Amino acid sequence: MMNSKLGLCGVLVLVSVSAFAVGAQQGGAPVTAPTRTAADAKQPAQQQDEGQRVFQQHCSRCHAAPEGFSPRISGTIVRHMRVRASLSEHEEKELLRFFNP
Amino acid sequence: MYRKVTIDLQLIEDCGTHGLAQSAKFTDMLRLHLDIKVPVAARAIRGSLFALAILATTHHGSAQNTPLISGGAGFFTSTNGGMTTYLPIIEPLIAAPLGQHVLAESRAALLEIVSPNGSNQSGYDHSHFIGLTYLQGDYLASRHFTLVGGDYLIPFNTYNDRLSPIWIGNLQDGPLIASLGTFSSGSGLGGMLRGNAIESNKYSIDYACFYSVPSSNEQFIAQRGSGGRASVYLPNQRLEAGFSYDRLLQSTRENFFGAHVWWEPKDTAFRLRSEFGRGQHAQGYWVEADYRTQRFGGLDSAIGRIEPVFRMQQTFRIDAVASDGLPSMNTQRVDFGLNYSLPHNTRILTSYARQFSASGNQNIWETGIVYRFLVPAWKGKR
Ligand code: HEC
Repeated sequence: MMNSKLGLCGVLVLVSVSAFAVGAQQGGAPVTAPTRTAADAKQPAQQQDEGQRVFQQHCSRCHAAPEGFSPRISGTIVRHMRVRASLSEHEEKELLRFFNP
Repeated sequence: MYRKVTIDLQLIEDCGTHGLAQSAKFTDMLRLHLDIKVPVAARAIRGSLFALAILATTHHGSAQNTPLISGGAGFFTSTNGGMTTYLPIIEPLIAAPLGQHVLAESRAALLEIVSPNGSNQSGYDHSHFIGLTYLQGDYLASRHFTLVGGDYLIPFNTYNDRLSPIWIGNLQDGPLIASLGTFSSGSGLGGMLRGNAIESNKYSIDYACFYSVPSSNEQFIAQRGSGGRASVYLPNQRLEAGFSYDRLLQSTRENFFGAHVWWEPKDTAFRLRSEFGRGQHAQGYWVEADYRTQRFGGLDSAIGRIEPVFRMQQTFRIDAVASDGLPSMNTQRVDFGLNYSLPHNTRILTSYARQFSASGNQNIWETGIVYRFLVPAWKGKR
């Protein structure tokens, strides 16, 4: 029993570690998601696009925004958070545009 | 022979008696119950993750929809009455979009607890746990309806489904009332409908309702019950208030009520979160505030990365039936935390807590470091 647990532990750790490695290796500029800053929020409304508004209103409610991530997972993140932040399809699109200008 | 163990990760006086593996439940402990099922059916997890990965490979359409692996890896210590417990932990999450409307997501927890042998014995005892915290499929029909099926986190109040990941929580310990309304395992097996009920520029109302069937499968232990949560969010004020209710529909058939208020004033990095919960046998509340200053060069400056945290909580016993995981005596607790966000998604958490109850007062010192990771599940072209 112990062994199977240890084995599984190993498998998961391996998966995670290799994922790190893969993540670290891959090319392409990571998306830098702005962290919650007052400077952003203070911009006049006209300058803010819809995606930025959604980001500011919803994305630091539950946790700090990530420092950056690969553009290849931006769609996955937004879909995942759509469930939690109850975003509309339109907001999802705008947010994606914001992450991938 | 198989059973699910709810563990929280702070050692209290009466669990200095090692034998974590034998004890089914540790109340008053550090993080909210991680749903750990022991022993884990390794094949079940591997199978599910593998199936998920295959499905995702065959389905993922656009370049932005690569499945992701994220989560937290941390090392925590907790010192209580001179006894220090060590806890290395990793909580990986996989999320994989399938087609246009479906998302499969799952989180697991792998941890080791190294705790002193207590009872005047020297040496340490090790126990490790590994298990799926949840495994669910989401069908996003529209913003109003997302249908969730599988083993999901029960949406009662906010701690369980929003704040429990190690990289999110401001303090190492979950609140004392975190086990109220979450059916002892924290997760339900069955279906959940959630989404936005009404939305305008000024406010939006969200809901989640669920039904869970009983299950004794070692990976998906659940109890029969149902309930839900409704909340109002005022985006201009950044204020959220909500109510939760659920009912256990088996054995003791208890009702649970909850309410939460969250406030994050605009243009500040101040956050106030609070919850009240009431079960048949106990009730309690917690209020937590945390703050990062932007005055000295913004949030990413040396000073802006410092985050003081304060939490105050109380629990009250209604009767002596302690089936709900709350302390057996009325308890008050204050936590003072000082966190520091290092660059590269790493965060240091430190805190001191003083807990008062008729069964004795305690000082709890905690430190921890958490790394948050977020990467595509596999290497890609761009
Ligand atoms: C209602 C709370 C809530 C809101 C609002 C929210 N998140 Fe999250 N987010 C979570 C939780 C909880 C997790 C961790 C999921 C888990 O471990 O089960 C998470 C995880 C993440 C992750 C890690 C990768 C992943 O998909 O798990 C990223 C990135 C993220 N959120 C970005 C965002 C963005 C961008 C927004 C704005 C659209 C957002 N979040 C809004 C609660 C929220």
